[in-house]
Amino acid sequence: MEHKGTLTPDKARPAALAISGRKLLRPFIHLLGLLPLFHLAFLWLTDGLTFNPIQFVEQFFGRAALNLLVVSLAVTPLVTLSGWRQISRHRRALGLYAFLYFSLHFLTFLALDYAFDLREILRLVVEKPFIIVGVLAGLILLVLAFTSFKVWMKRMGKNWQRLHKLVYLAGGLVILHYALAVKGSLATLSGDILKPLLMGALVALLLILRIPAVRRFVIRFRQRIFA
Amino acid sequence: MKKQSIPSSEITPKSLYLSRREFMKAAGVIAGGLTLAACGITPDGAGDITGSTATFPAASDSVDTPNTYEEITNYNNYYEFTTDKTGVARLARDFKTTPWAVEVYGLVNKPATYDLDTLVKKFQPEERIYRLRCVEAWSMVIPWVGFPLAKLLADVEPTSEAQYVRFESVFDPDTFPGQTQPFYPWPYQEGLRLDEAMNDLTLLATGLYGGELPAQNGGGLRLVVPWKYGFKSIKAILKIELTSKQPDTLWSAIAPNEYGFYANVNPQVDHPRWSQRTERRIGETGRRDTLMFNGYGEEVAYLYDGMDLRKNY
Repeated sequence: MEHKGTLTPDKARPAALAISGRKLLRPFIHLLGLLPLFHLAFLWLTDGLTFNPIQFVEQFFGRAALNLLVVSLAVTPLVTLSGWRQISRHRRALGLYAFLYFSLHFLTFLALDYAFDLREILRLVVEKPFIIVGVLAGLILLVLAFTSFKVWMKRMGKNWQRLHKLVYLAGGLVILHYALAVKGSLATLSGDILKPLLMGALVALLLILRIPAVRRFVIRFRQRIFA
Repeated sequence: MKKQSIPSSEITPKSLYLSRREFMKAAGVIAGGLTLAACGITPDGAGDITGSTATFPAASDSVDTPNTYEEITNYNNYYEFTTDKTGVARLARDFKTTPWAVEVYGLVNKPATYDLDTLVKKFQPEERIYRLRCVEAWSMVIPWVGFPLAKLLADVEPTSEAQYVRFESVFDPDTFPGQTQPFYPWPYQEGLRLDEAMNDLTLLATGLYGGELPAQNGGGLRLVVPWKYGFKSIKAILKIELTSKQPDTLWSAIAPNEYGFYANVNPQVDHPRWSQRTERRIGETGRRDTLMFNGYGEEVAYLYDGMDLRKNY
């Protein structure tokens, strides 16, 4: 069909494609963020929560928080590698999803696992390094989520950038929390330590890709290949 | 189905523990109620059977109802297969537990290799309902079928130098995907002091719920030491060695400061990284207080008289 009444010069077509790509990106990001919830609902409906459902759900939310945090940390390196700047607009959404799953993880710990037994919970938070580390990471995520909106970005100016660099620390703490929660040992590198190690390596790689020199090298390399 | 000395097709918990009581009455082993306490059952209405509640002192202040067969056979820690507790049953499906043979050797006068059928014929397995407390702070109540390890040890006659018992499990990376990982000093091995091994509570299990012992629960033959954390109760035993030195164990090789040789259930001594004060019984939503020696103190506390359990964790 020919649309004679509208002016659509050929030049506009790539731009239109880019716009539709951008439009598809947003639902994709939300799908990614909500995927763990769909997955959990599916497991719930198919009796997949194991015979220890409280622990399973608690650990499920913890892993979801870690995964989303890693995905949000991957955004900037992904832009470096691909040159696809559009993704960086969605970094905040991914970070907020990580915070959502952290909140669900923490709530499961408080309400389902320990039935708001505040005395026992406080004892655990004070005594157990693995819980302390998790709580610290959670506090960082809370502050970052709270200040993630444009109002705060404007109000805080340069300090906003500085504050939000704490996300790297949160990433490290979450990995440590994970490694300390499994039956294995970081000291002897043995036991059930493979998954925390792989996640730690991934986060380390993502951080390396942010080092300015590395970043410039990657960008030059990419431009030479795709020139 | 293997023949068990007590054929029991009953799987309802109530009738199961009633039949156990009946058995003990028949066998005349109600020695001051000690054996029943060993089973971890609080005798509600025990008077109906014996006419006297005095023979059934409570092991704890709560009734222990066995977990269902489904729960026991689908929530397993068996890292040789996988670290995923629900995945073990699937991966263990093709693992053959018959025929099964165990070699008993070391500081003994009569070393021997027994096949499972011989063990069952010779040592007359009985039903024993024990609490199992995992070091990860969950617990179950499990109706094992088994016989005291002491019977087997008496048969091989430990020499006077024998002080420890070392157990060794299977090693076959082709069968056990978990054994292809470099992070564990496979094969799984465990150990007990000889007096712990000789305690009447210490069981070699050959069955579960009156039937065979499923592969995911440690079939052909597993150890059950109910006052210690679950990882002491080694599965799929191929070798039992009497030694004069304290044997190495898999988990204490991985993290010596976290998993000791004794590994007695003790709510006062935390795992360095997490608390052992409470536990979640599978099938329940709330947490229970963890009991000293998992509630079996009356039977086993004497073994540790004068020992600092904080040091000997």
